[in-house]
Parts: sequence; structure tokens; C-alpha cells
Amino acid sequence: MTDRRLAWILLAPALAVLGGLTVYPALWVLWLSLQYRVPVFSISRWAGLEHYAFLAVDTRFWNAAWVTGVFTACSVALECALGLALALGLRGQHRGRRMALALLLLAWALPSVVTAKMFEWLYHPAGGLVNFLAGGRTINWLGDPDLALPALIAADVWRATPFVTLLCFARLLTIPADLYEAAQVDGAAGLQAFTRITWPLVRPILLVALLFRTLDALRAFDIMFVLTGGGPAGATETLTVYAYRTLFQTLQIGFGSAIGVVVFAFVMVVAVAYLWVINRQDQTA
Amino acid sequence: MRAGRARDGLVLLALAVYAAPFFWLAMTSLRPDTELLPLTHLWPSRLTLAHYDVVFRQSLMPRALVNSLGIALLSTLLAVGLGALAAYALARLPVRGRSVILLGMIAATAFPQIATVSPLYLLMRALGLRDTWLALILANGSFTLPLVIWLLAGFIREIPRALEEAAVVDGAGRLATLRWVVLPLVAPGMASAALLAFLFSWNEFLFAYSLTATEASRTVPVALALFPGVFEVPWGDIAAASLLASLPPILIVVGFQRYLVRGLLAGALRE
Repeated sequence: MTDRRLAWILLAPALAVLGGLTVYPALWVLWLSLQYRVPVFSISRWAGLEHYAFLAVDTRFWNAAWVTGVFTACSVALECALGLALALGLRGQHRGRRMALALLLLAWALPSVVTAKMFEWLYHPAGGLVNFLAGGRTINWLGDPDLALPALIAADVWRATPFVTLLCFARLLTIPADLYEAAQVDGAAGLQAFTRITWPLVRPILLVALLFRTLDALRAFDIMFVLTGGGPAGATETLTVYAYRTLFQTLQIGFGSAIGVVVFAFVMVVAVAYLWVINRQDQTA
Repeated sequence: MRAGRARDGLVLLALAVYAAPFFWLAMTSLRPDTELLPLTHLWPSRLTLAHYDVVFRQSLMPRALVNSLGIALLSTLLAVGLGALAAYALARLPVRGRSVILLGMIAATAFPQIATVSPLYLLMRALGLRDTWLALILANGSFTLPLVIWLLAGFIREIPRALEEAAVVDGAGRLATLRWVVLPLVAPGMASAALLAFLFSWNEFLFAYSLTATEASRTVPVALALFPGVFEVPWGDIAAASLLASLPPILIVVGFQRYLVRGLLAGALRE
């Protein structure tokens, strides 16, 4: 048997599974988004671009897009800042590094439904640790339209910061110590050493982490769906939650698919940016 | 030296604060019901296993744990099994359109689940697979497959070609080389990929929530999200159920940290 034939035999099962369960659904959802599909009323007819035209004037859609944008921007910014700070702290750590990494990775590895339930309990008006530590207050964090989104962002930051920390930490370990010694001889220490040595070397990987986290934040669903369900009054309803509710609660398969396609488009824009950055870094490296 | 020790302590303290939410959850799971609401004291007066007793005897969690474990293991097997074969072909054999396939794999790792969940739902319903293990095994396995292929292709490329060529000179065919030379060498990489695939399936919520209907196939995250409360929310029981749901992730970050870290780094830096 030729190598070329063997290659296709080895590839075939994986490509068949991906074709049937990833590519086909990805094309099907585009098709669905062009139809009226409400199975309970046996509605199934062509809609063309009407769903998209409706989205353009749908205030609930624009609210969800805004919430998704704020959630993504705030959580990713905080995760990158905090992640880098933790990585810098860990680098100087002599003892307990393994344990430290285990603690951080645990936050990342927990099911996000567990994280959501955990934070719901931490924010509980009467039984929550947050209110207790705030001096026995009874603030309804998740019930207040102004507080719910920040509370959700805090939960996501807790969950996802370790990912950024890990990437930055791995990069920091590869910076040779001589660089800092040389800088010290030249009279550059502390902040100067950071801006001249650490930052230029960490920046590329921080950019990768940022794009990765943006990708994940745009498609996040579990944490807000379980923590707040999109409430109160839509204050935490992201595009993914809006799409889910439309698909499975009001059972408008066509319209819900159109919202899913919009999420798809946003994510693909970020994915292309990611590939472009990786490609450029490869060329400069 | 002393400054170094003080700094070590400070960083560990910061991490302890970071981990506090999870330890609080663990403590909640051991706290007597009467001391949960309202919260008047930080430390409970005594610890109890009553919540775990309720979870094991009166909830759907035991069944959900079995479902989750079976579905996660089988979807990992599917992804790593098919992924290893495909990765070997992409890394070592002449494949026309290799770069297009690899680009497609990266793009597929970025697919949002919310976009494919409606077609998958219709597909599984049409195939009569709604509310079965198989539906979730296929959904999770195919979702993690691109990442697994990408990771394993990278790991296989790191193996020196000379080893394989030596085997070929000794008269071994391609498949024998794959089985006896490449697979043993790439085993740590397969462990990394398998851990990531397992964690994804264990934690996965959207597919599981949409494609299941009864305890026949409901996984742990779904059972947790739907945890019933008769008159009020049973926070102690939910905390106990959450702890059980966290056991595999805990085991992985403590016991297999090295493989997890390697997989995460290789997955993020798609070089």
C-alpha cells in the first residue's frame, strides 16, 4: 500500500466524524437561520434574511450584544492584568510552586456549572460569604441590575485568570537570569527592568492569551446561564443566553439559529485575528 | 534570604485567598443545615456528612456521576483514538491539502457550541439518539477531536524521524512503526490530549443540557444545574454535589499536573 493511500485511510474516520458532526451542523445552522422553524406549531417555511433584518431592530438583541461586549472586554482585561501579576509573583516563588499551580489550575479545571453554583452561594443575600465579610450586609448582588453584571464578571475572572497566569508563567521561566543581572549592572532595576526586559518578552504571549480568552468569553454560556439565567431584567443576558432561550424555551429554531450564526461570525473574526498574530510572531521569531 | 521567605509567604497567602471560594464551598458541604441560613458565624460549630448522605440516597447525582464518567471516558477514547491515527497521517505521511486540513482544525477548535447545538439537536432527534449516551459521546468527541488532532500532530512531529527510519530499515511496515515506535514515544502527549478531552466532556453543559431529557443520560453538570429544592434551595446538598462534581478535576490538577500543563501550553501556542 502506498503512503498516500494509507494516509487517507488513517484520516478517513476522523474526517467522517468531523464532517458529520461539525462541518455539516455548521452549514446546517446557516440554512436554518434562513427559515421559520417552530416545530410545536408545525411551522417550517423559507424566511430569507428576515431574521437578520429583525435582529437589526431588535432591542433585546442589541442589549445582549452590549452585555456580551461589556462582559468580554471587562473580564478579559481583568484576567490579563491579574494573570500577569500572579505569574510575576509565582516566578519569584521558591517553595510551594507545585501546590500554587494546583490551586490555580483547579479554578480553571472545575466545571463552570460548579463555579456558577459556588458564586451564587457566595453572593447569597443572607448566607453568602461576601455579604458576611462586608460586615453582615444583605446586598442582593445577583438581583440588582447594576450589580449582577460585575458579579458575573468577577466569577469569570476567578475561573479564567489561571489560564493567563499559566501562559505568562511559562514564558517568564524562559527568560534567562543573566538578562536581569546585566540590566542591574547597567543600573536598571525594578520597574525599569520590567519595562525593558520582562514586558517586551511577555507581551507576545499575553496577546495570545488575550485573543484566546476573548474567543472563550464571546462563546461563554454555562456560567451566566446557571449563575443569573441572564437576569435580572436582561442585565446579564449575553448573545449565547438569548440564542439558547430562543432555541429551546420559545422553540424558534430558525430565529435562534440566526443569533447563533451572529455569535459564530464574531468568534471567527477573533479566530482570524489570532491566526494572523500567531503567523506574524512565527515570522519575527 | 529572609525577604525571599516573606515574599514566598505573601504569594502563598494570595493564592490561599484565591482558593478561598472553593474551600468555602467544601466547608458548606460539611456544615449543619441550621448554620447555613442566615450565616452568623464564619466557622461551623460542628461538621456533618448529612448533605452527602442526602446526595447519595435521595438525589439523581449517583446516576449522573455514572453517566458523566462513562460519557467522558468514551468520548475521550473516541477523540484520542481517531485523533491519533489522523495526527500520524498529517504529521508523517504525504497528504494533499494538509495545510488546508490543519487550518480547518484550528478553525474548528474555535467553533461556538451555541451555533452548532440547534443542528445537533435536530440531527440527534432524527437519528433517535436524544437522551442517550451515544448522542453526547458523539457530540463531545467530535467537539474535542480538532484540538486532539492538532496537539498530537505537533507531538508526533517532535519525535526524531531517524527512529522511525531505523524501524523501516529493520523491515517494519508503516503500521508496525506507528504501533511500536511512534505510539510509545507519543504516549505522554496522548495523556495530555486525553486529559483535556476528558475535562471538556466532564465539564460540558450546553450539549448535555439540550440533548438529554431524563436521568438515563443526564450528566453531572446538568443534574447540578437542575438540583431540586422543595421549598427552599438546599445549599448544603448543592455544595456536597458540587464537591463530587469537582473530584475528577481535583485528581487531574493534583495527580497529572505535568501532562495538563503541557497540553494547555501546546494547545494555546499552536506552533
